Amino acid sequence: MQELKNRIKQLMEENVAQRALGWKKGEFGYDAQAAFFESTDELDDFVYNGFCGANLSKYMIEACKKEGRTIICLKPCDTYSFNQLLKEHRIQREKAYIIGVGCKGTLDISKIKANGIEGIVDIEGADMFSSENLLKIKTVYGDHELAYSDALLERCNCCKGKEHMIFDEIIGESADTVSADRFEQIEKIEQLTSIEKFEFFRNELSKCIRCNACRNACPACNCRKCVFDSDKFDSAQKANSDSFEEKMFHIIRAFHVAGRCTDCGECSRVCPQNIPLHLFNRKFIKDINMLYGDFSAGSNCEENCPLTSYSFDDAEPGKI
Amino acid sequence: MPMNSTESFAPKIVAFCCNWCSYAGADLAGSSRLAYPADVKIIKVPCSCRVNPMFILRAFEKGADGVIICGCHPGDCHYSTGNYYARRRMTLLFSMLEYIGIEKDRVRVEWVSAAEAVKFSETMNSFVLQIKNLGENVRLGDLRCKS
Amino acid sequence: MKKINLNKLKELFAYISEKSSLFLPIESANSINFGMYDEKAKVRLDVLKTSKSPKDLFFPQSETLYSCQSAKGKISIEPQALQNDEFVVFGMKNCDFAALEILDKVFLSEPVDTFYKARRDNATIVTLACARPSESCFCKAYGIDCAQGAGDVSAWIIGEYFYWCANTQKGVALLEKTAHLFEDADEADVESAKAQIRDIVAKMPLMSLDLKNWGKGKTAEKFDSPLWDELYKPCLACGTCTFVCPTCQCYDIKDYKAGEKVVRYRCWDSCMYSDFTMMAHGNNRTSQMQRFRQRFMHKLVYFPDNNDGVFSCTGCGRCVDKCPASLNIVKVIKAFDKEA
Repeated sequence: MQELKNRIKQLMEENVAQRALGWKKGEFGYDAQAAFFESTDELDDFVYNGFCGANLSKYMIEACKKEGRTIICLKPCDTYSFNQLLKEHRIQREKAYIIGVGCKGTLDISKIKANGIEGIVDIEGADMFSSENLLKIKTVYGDHELAYSDALLERCNCCKGKEHMIFDEIIGESADTVSADRFEQIEKIEQLTSIEKFEFFRNELSKCIRCNACRNACPACNCRKCVFDSDKFDSAQKANSDSFEEKMFHIIRAFHVAGRCTDCGECSRVCPQNIPLHLFNRKFIKDINMLYGDFSAGSNCEENCPLTSYSFDDAEPGKI
Repeated sequence: MPMNSTESFAPKIVAFCCNWCSYAGADLAGSSRLAYPADVKIIKVPCSCRVNPMFILRAFEKGADGVIICGCHPGDCHYSTGNYYARRRMTLLFSMLEYIGIEKDRVRVEWVSAAEAVKFSETMNSFVLQIKNLGENVRLGDLRCKS
Repeated sequence: MKKINLNKLKELFAYISEKSSLFLPIESANSINFGMYDEKAKVRLDVLKTSKSPKDLFFPQSETLYSCQSAKGKISIEPQALQNDEFVVFGMKNCDFAALEILDKVFLSEPVDTFYKARRDNATIVTLACARPSESCFCKAYGIDCAQGAGDVSAWIIGEYFYWCANTQKGVALLEKTAHLFEDADEADVESAKAQIRDIVAKMPLMSLDLKNWGKGKTAEKFDSPLWDELYKPCLACGTCTFVCPTCQCYDIKDYKAGEKVVRYRCWDSCMYSDFTMMAHGNNRTSQMQRFRQRFMHKLVYFPDNNDGVFSCTGCGRCVDKCPASLNIVKVIKAFDKEA
């Protein structure tokens, strides 16, 4: 991490960029937050570890409104979102200096807490650049140890790959974290009967509190004004008045990002009710791959989105 | 849905028809005195690709039991390519509806030209029958619209 | 003081739920929230914090106020029936109960919110002391003692036993109804458990949070601080903090067209949303910085201004746990302290 910090400092001192977009340490070692560092002094609080799950690409929209260039730290999967934003002209390439940061998987604090670990005051061993696979967790109730690889977010267990799709330089190594098939869960659900599927999604979606965290964290959801914020609807975007509204919201949100979603997994990570929202996006990704050929949003800036192109012999609706 | 109640159940069906082909097809069906059930309410849209997925979900919300989208045959779109885009969108949307446990037979896309009055009436007759067999839509609607 | 073996709690729940609805922390689809008890419910009294606060038992996220129908040129209005059945809330934490007292200040002062009052009047609340507070808790900063009971009945889980004692008339009634399931207990057991909890509380990192720089009359000092411009930046403008908060009480009123009738309903609103307090002329807070500031100023300055210095936060720490951007009231308070 020190190497990364020094490099950012150097770039800022050399005036390559005016500020940096990275992560800042929090209260307990696991609550790092996204932050703009406007001066080199502020970099004291800079941190990069397994708890820096936040995808910074979307903050680049704000950074582009500022004077000068911004250093942005991107993990391999974040670069897909960055590319996608570039493709949609929401950000400008020349406004960013991209440091591709190595990643050995991001950590899921709720998974750690699910092991009965409470009262956490500090976590050691979360450093991204160390090869050690052990988290030492200090709590008020005693110390715990947990393998780093056992505390990964679901998205990291089916990582898209450790290559950065866009960068100016790379610092640190990335590790393989794949231990599951990305579409396994989707296939399992597809095997269920219609009523079982319905029950499954009803249980999950009835937890939704319409906080819109999934939407607001999503780098693909970057509309200036969301359709769900329209006052033309008679149902409010914040009301969970009926189970229908949640379904409507999540289907349409997934649809609006279909072909643009890079499967970065931010929606599931931020959901305060632990709804596996990636199950919607991945279903679309799976269908698109099967019907219109393999496509990975954000892997480059040129390829057409499957939903803004067509071929003469596409499948007919309802017949797949 | 038990068989005996199929008789009394009058499904609410929304048909989105494109202005240039399917709506004209419906018109021809009417003037040719071809029968199709009054349960079908037609909404004219400029092109099948104008149909936003939200239209379909809103129709279900407000109490529709089935939704059908009709447009020009692929290749015949008045705007050249609209229905190709609609085809991809609806393919994905229908697949998603099935995935979350909505009966896949509640939605359908048919390509009906302005000359195909017979096809229009046959399509509507068969779709109404299909929805009657499925029964009332209970999985995808707003409770407040039910009572 | 009465006690019952933990393995007989199910009997107690069954007995209570026979007579009235019983709400307690229930696990469903990997998430724990207050829900109605039935035999199949997976009760999780061991869990410190439910995802959502229990405020929606009194102030639901969405509720119908009335509906109108038009027939033959006449409009008829159908009022929504009040919640007039008694119910029991079991296992509420002290911070959440303190939050309810804050909501009381809002909803029970003139003009009284009849929907809220009906639920409040009909509820018997059993609070459960926190055996294992977490690092995100800071109730002590607001003078709340999570070892001590509150509400109608105070309860503790100590070892194999569940202890409780009544604090109010309603509490006495509940204890009398269920007396046959309980045996007498020694006060001393509970006292030592309380001491243990207080020891843990003393070790928790946020419990010593100092609020001396906040409260009544601080508007001028805090409002124009340049710190807000820095603090709000990671905010995603979602409503997680407000929706999991036990004291946030803002709501919006909307009409829903349901075929032949129109349903007027209210739903929680969030000061984080761009359409919050939207009026015909537009919106009086136009940037996320202003909305972000509003939330914390309301909790820490405006509410105390209007309510004898009482903060509109009880330190439950849900925002600390749940904020997708890891922002929270503690970071705001500490940032201002550092500046001072």
